[in-house]
Amino acid sequence: MRVELVKRPQHSALFSALSPFIALGLTLIAGAIMFSLLGKNPFDALYYYFIDPLTGIWDPGNRWQLHELAIKAAPLILIAVGLSVCYLSNNWNIGAEGQFIAGAMAGSIIPVVFPGFQSWLVLPLMLVLGMAGGAAYAAIPAFFKVRFNTNEILTSLMLVYVAQLFNDWLVRGIWRNPEGMSFPGTIRFSEYAILPQIWPDAGRAHYGFVFALVAAVLVWFMLSKMLKGFEVKVLGQSPRAGRFAGFSSGRMVFFAFMLSGALAGLAGISEVAGPIEHLNEKISIGYGFTAIIVAFLGRLNPLGIVAAGLILALTYLGGESAQIAIGVSDKAVRAFQGMLLFFVLACDTLIHYRVRIVGTSAAKAEGAAQNV
Amino acid sequence: METTLATSGPNLLEVRGLTKVFGTLKACDGVDLTIGKGEIHALLGENGAGKSTLVKMLFGSLEPYSGEIRWNGEPVTISSPSIAKKLGIGMVFQHFSLFEALSAAENIALSLDDKTPIGTIAAKAQALSYSYGLPLDPYAVVGDLSVGERQRIEIIRCLLQTPDLIILDEPTSVLTPQEADKLFETLERLRSEGKSILYISHRLEEVKRMCDGATVMRHGKVVGHCDPRQETAASLARMMVGNEVQAVVREPAEGMERAEPLLEIRGLTRKPATPFSTPLRDISLAVRAGEVIGIAGVAGNGQGEFFEAVSGEVMQDEPATIRIRGKDAGRLSITGRRMLGAAFVPEERLGHGAAPRMRLSENLFLSRYATDAKAFLGAGGLVREGAIDGATQRIIEEMDVRKSGRDPEAAALSGGNLQKFIVGRELDRSPTVMVVNQPTWGVDAGAAAKIRQSLIGLARAGSAVLIISQDLDELFEISDAIAVMHNGHLSTPLPIAEATLEQIGLLMGGAEPGHADHSMETT
Repeated sequence: MRVELVKRPQHSALFSALSPFIALGLTLIAGAIMFSLLGKNPFDALYYYFIDPLTGIWDPGNRWQLHELAIKAAPLILIAVGLSVCYLSNNWNIGAEGQFIAGAMAGSIIPVVFPGFQSWLVLPLMLVLGMAGGAAYAAIPAFFKVRFNTNEILTSLMLVYVAQLFNDWLVRGIWRNPEGMSFPGTIRFSEYAILPQIWPDAGRAHYGFVFALVAAVLVWFMLSKMLKGFEVKVLGQSPRAGRFAGFSSGRMVFFAFMLSGALAGLAGISEVAGPIEHLNEKISIGYGFTAIIVAFLGRLNPLGIVAAGLILALTYLGGESAQIAIGVSDKAVRAFQGMLLFFVLACDTLIHYRVRIVGTSAAKAEGAAQNV
Repeated sequence: METTLATSGPNLLEVRGLTKVFGTLKACDGVDLTIGKGEIHALLGENGAGKSTLVKMLFGSLEPYSGEIRWNGEPVTISSPSIAKKLGIGMVFQHFSLFEALSAAENIALSLDDKTPIGTIAAKAQALSYSYGLPLDPYAVVGDLSVGERQRIEIIRCLLQTPDLIILDEPTSVLTPQEADKLFETLERLRSEGKSILYISHRLEEVKRMCDGATVMRHGKVVGHCDPRQETAASLARMMVGNEVQAVVREPAEGMERAEPLLEIRGLTRKPATPFSTPLRDISLAVRAGEVIGIAGVAGNGQGEFFEAVSGEVMQDEPATIRIRGKDAGRLSITGRRMLGAAFVPEERLGHGAAPRMRLSENLFLSRYATDAKAFLGAGGLVREGAIDGATQRIIEEMDVRKSGRDPEAAALSGGNLQKFIVGRELDRSPTVMVVNQPTWGVDAGAAAKIRQSLIGLARAGSAVLIISQDLDELFEISDAIAVMHNGHLSTPLPIAEATLEQIGLLMGGAEPGHADHSMETT
């Protein structure tokens, strides 16, 4: 018996829709195996991962948990929406984590360097600076790709570490809060520099989640209804046909990188101006990398990405609750996310191929054919 | 059954009721085919008739839905190409599968299963190639070889596996007339050695000349078996298409010398972009309103580079190098040139003229979003899907594009049907200048006639049409003048009344026009 992949004449709409769910199911099974091997009851572990953080839906006392979910989901969705434009246009931006930090740093200039400037203008300016910072940082690998044909996967990834270390140097060095008892981190932002919460009475969720939803809808509209979205898809699928259409692949590299950089930067500044309220050395818990999984789990469709962002945010919260309740290492979250990406990419094969199992009878016939 | 076998002798291959279904489309519907030993058997049919599907099932790259294949009288299941090779079925594909950066011998070695040293393979290949009159240097790098020489590698590679049945898919579509004659000699030699050949072609004259039997397919079904020698080209074409193929009508254009040139090329020179591309050397040409100019030449002599330069995919340094409707266009992009009224159809359908995984409507939008912005785009770059869909269905109907589903992906169409759509997409906007590279490459007789007639019609309505083609019959059928491209040079166009097949064939082989004149003077 042998398993073969047979190319479909057209892609399968059924499996386009099903593949994320198959991947989720396989991840749950593989996760259960992983927890059993760790000596934990897999059902308990999966309960704390995926059910416990959602108890707020039916228990008003735990409603804060849903707010935490929105806080975690906001940067994931914002970044992944931008990445979907990159990946659809065949630009492999792996450096959203760096663009997130660059946006956070650029946006923090006003509240940190000019703490005396206090006006309602501060917050909008910070957001614009954050987007500009992320876009400018993403323009670096774009420039290298267009000008020198360098591999953007490597350059964008390496620039993550540059941004991380530069931020580390800032918050331990010239931007350190003199009254911070030598802890790395800037001064606490003034009230004009804080992103407001949506329902302050119910929980901490801030307007970053609204930005994420608006960005998802706008980018979805662009991709599915506008000429620019068509350009993104043509150049991504078939560069030569894109050139025949008169689209410039060089300009598209800049457009995709800078759009995704701007959204990652917006996520970064929303994070520091929202729940953290100052810039420190660990503002990201790997949002920029996890967003890659979000983008693929959402099938590179901004509306799918909203759902995928919520699911991945759940694994962050679930990781915390499982750590507290049954003592699973927080590293298990990363393993979970990694498995999910693995299964998502594997299941995407089913969209363009179908699996054929060649049974023993066919193999016998083959043998007969060879003997003729 | 017994009696038929007794009269025709033991057949090499017998196919009974072979059926293949793709979705709702029956690509092959109960196909019967019989090939005897030492027979050259032609497989005829329009594009989309199911020839490729049938051949793929014989070669093991597709699995039949039902039906039976008998090899030397024994029923067999051919589930992969390696099994086909073991049985003794070899195939030479229409689109070559060779690595340009490797030598001929290395390419051959890649397809063999055993680990024979490269020197042995080279020696074997060379011996075989000379014995069949297909001289081949096994150490030549494929990138440096002409298309005809590349085909020889494919044929030698196939012969090295000592097949009993050789399948040739449109073998002469890339050859000069002289090269094609050589190929026919080889095929006749193979027949005399008792090998059988399944010959797929749309060139009816070749089939009449060479083949012992023919199977004609239409819409997935076999419509007849015949002896092509007893038939006329017209009767064969009628079987393929189901009705009389309309001969292309070309009325002589009048007063063309006075007409204004709509496309002018002056001193176009281009350096080779890659080690495998041809430079363009000082090309000048004018195409006037109402005129069809054909550019002949063996593939790989700069036609692709020339098309890229004229279309604006690659721009020129000097604005006046290309002029469209009297305006300098050398510094304009392909979109800018389209806005001046030009339209372009590239050689490669999938991946260049059309995005394979996009729907036909999206592929219509691909080349016309700028020129038809008023109809197809709303405020702020909003795509008007309704208008695009309407135009798509109009073109599908106008060009008789056959497909499954209302708006399928481009890759799901057969080559000829996609070509009809791509040509129709440009004709639909009545361009003033039309440049087409290989308008009917691999397209069946019915569709080719339709495309050719529509190109002539466009010219007679007052547009300038430039056709690059390797098919000389086609160029003689539709052109008012023919120029030849060789090694990046373009000869002066010969008016069709003065041009002969032999003259053009010589120019294609590299005889300079000056040389020809000179030899005439001395004799």
